[in-house]
Amino acid sequence: MRVALFLTCVNDTLYPDTGRAVVKLLTRLGVEVDFPMAQTCCGQAHYNTGYRREAEPLARHFSDVFGEYEAIVTPSGSCGAMVRELYPRMGARARAEGRGSTLATALAAVVPKTYELTEFLVDVLGVTDVGAYYPHRVTYHPTCHGLRGLGLGDRPRRLLEAVKGLELVELPGADECCGFGGTFALKNSDVSAAMGADKVRNAESTGAEVLCAADNSCLMHIGGTMTRLRTGMRPVHIAEILASTEEEPAL
Amino acid sequence: MSGTFVGMPAFPAAAHEAVRNPTLRGNLRHATHTIRAKREKAVAEVSDWAQLREAGRRIKDHTLRHLDRYLVQLEESVTAAGGTVHWAVDADEANRIVADLVKATGESEVVKVKSMATQEIGLNEALEAEGIRAYETDLAELIVQLCEDRPSHILVPAIHRNRGEIRDIFVREMGEWGRPAPEGLTDTPAELAEAARLHLREKFLRAKVGISGANFMVAETGTLVVVESEGNGRMCLTLPETLISVVGIEKIVPAWRDLEVFLQTLPRSSTAERMNPYTSMWTGTADEDGPQNFHLVLIDNGRTDTLADEVGRQALRCIRCSACLNVCPVYERAGGHAYGSVYPGPIGAILSPQLRGTASEIDASLPYASSLCGACYEVCPVAIDIPEVLVHLRERVVAGGQVTRNGNKVLLKPAKGHAAERAAMRAARWAFAHPGALRGGQRLASRTRRFHPRTLPGPGRAWSGSRDLPPVPSEPFRDWWQRTHGGKDGAK
Ligand code: SF4
Repeated sequence: MRVALFLTCVNDTLYPDTGRAVVKLLTRLGVEVDFPMAQTCCGQAHYNTGYRREAEPLARHFSDVFGEYEAIVTPSGSCGAMVRELYPRMGARARAEGRGSTLATALAAVVPKTYELTEFLVDVLGVTDVGAYYPHRVTYHPTCHGLRGLGLGDRPRRLLEAVKGLELVELPGADECCGFGGTFALKNSDVSAAMGADKVRNAESTGAEVLCAADNSCLMHIGGTMTRLRTGMRPVHIAEILASTEEEPAL
Repeated sequence: MSGTFVGMPAFPAAAHEAVRNPTLRGNLRHATHTIRAKREKAVAEVSDWAQLREAGRRIKDHTLRHLDRYLVQLEESVTAAGGTVHWAVDADEANRIVADLVKATGESEVVKVKSMATQEIGLNEALEAEGIRAYETDLAELIVQLCEDRPSHILVPAIHRNRGEIRDIFVREMGEWGRPAPEGLTDTPAELAEAARLHLREKFLRAKVGISGANFMVAETGTLVVVESEGNGRMCLTLPETLISVVGIEKIVPAWRDLEVFLQTLPRSSTAERMNPYTSMWTGTADEDGPQNFHLVLIDNGRTDTLADEVGRQALRCIRCSACLNVCPVYERAGGHAYGSVYPGPIGAILSPQLRGTASEIDASLPYASSLCGACYEVCPVAIDIPEVLVHLRERVVAGGQVTRNGNKVLLKPAKGHAAERAAMRAARWAFAHPGALRGGQRLASRTRRFHPRTLPGPGRAWSGSRDLPPVPSEPFRDWWQRTHGGKDGAK
């Protein structure tokens, strides 16, 4: 099987390790991975901040770049939710505003082929034990867009539970937002920081060394709060845990 | 909406203080988390919750689509039952109608059962200006009124106060408004309730005029419905000679049968009860039983304009259960006052900027008072997609567009103060549409990474004031890919 990796602009620029982990993991599972170099950004920040018309060319670019692939895999719950939940909405709005249905048609083509990483592993490849080894105490934060937007359910947990050596501990208030929310973190920084601090305190109370999530944007916010509060905990993307093996263990 | 909220600062500024107030945050956190857990249990008991939610959504959507017809039907049934219907296009008109009705009775005091519509239009203040004193009789409303505060929650307006604070308020203020608090009052719930009961009884027995809101109005029969927990509302509705009900036009349901859905979803969503203790219903007047004069004041106050907006109109489905407030992480930290309206929390963030427009600082900032986490949508018993409306209203703020104001279509200009952001969004769009430029930017960032500060100047300080920035990696992913897989996938 040949899939396109949609890494997202944040991962590409700030978290290349996540991308390398996804490539390593999928290759290990026998999947052929392509990284279309023309990819950029799904337009989520634009769309959610109110710049819908600015997001449209980015969505169209996405469908141009990825349209030909059998499947598109992304290690980001929120960018995945952007494609799956909001692209159909964008297409419908463009049509309702009398701008024809070409955008709607183009976007509709990529929507059903786009998978968040854990969805792809569990639903398409049908694996929960990916042969990973990660001897650490880990707590899992289900990010809002993964949880409520995509409905990832217990897929990430099932994957983590199958990791050798990993001790999974329950995060109190797990389904509460960490306070990132894209531009929300800037526009309402006081509230955002308070939410982040509560999330980190809850994480600390578990005694875990690592907080894991399936979205680097949330991890950036949580991780930035962790170092500021000097917790000694580390934020780690789930892809890096799943890519880690006994031969080549991740830190 | 109410004049009391004019000139509020924008949401972030209003929230700034609240976030730093540990008592307030503690009170809010405790109250919302308690009710949140209870609600979850009460909802889980109902096996067909999803269907009830869908039915509620449909009934409300159908009603809103044919609102004109149902309102006329309601007027006919209320009139036939001996009541009088008044129409008010805005707050001023509604206040004038109510003040005139009270004055016609010759009274200068009224008792009120909690009604958000009268808070929305600032009725108490308007009556006071006419020399009429309005007494709130809902326990939490009473507390808020006694300390000249503002409500901060739909259902529990005094949610931001704890027992000790309430005792002090009673001791200090009750005497000013009527019967003083008993000697040696403590902060046990039973004693506080008893003090309120004695204080309120006196007012109920004296009052000749009552003013109420309504949770529902049934078009078919002309029946109004109030659901409550304390029974104080029922006293207001039955003891006075004249009853004036002030209700938003969206509170209508077509038929008696429709109540079946909402009388299940409302109490479970709001107080986590299977059924609310008091459900009072009244239809016009009846000989020698209850009020002999009944007036229904129907207020528009921006609702018809809201109805004209295809995405935003779903906010009018709201049955004011307050479930969205109790799960909202932003409300939990910022408190209800920061929203600058009687409608706080997620529903307030989408309702106020529609009812009042987005011209003021507070109204333009409300659509951003959310991290779009979606918890509000998940709990809403009438499935209002609050995040969808928030994003829609953000677009209105930054890009302008066509809206309906007082029945006329007007073209809104983009709000001020977004020029820099708009430029940044456009630049980012350009870079993202030109992968080469994006790559150039990434490389530059990588090469200069040692010079990057961990805190930011300018608007970025909002971020780095409380969080550390991640270090810029030495090589963006796409360069790594090019280096290691370059031959396999030609750059497009
Ligand atoms: S928006 Fe929904 S959850 Fe919020 S108060 Fe209204 S009905 Fe309740």
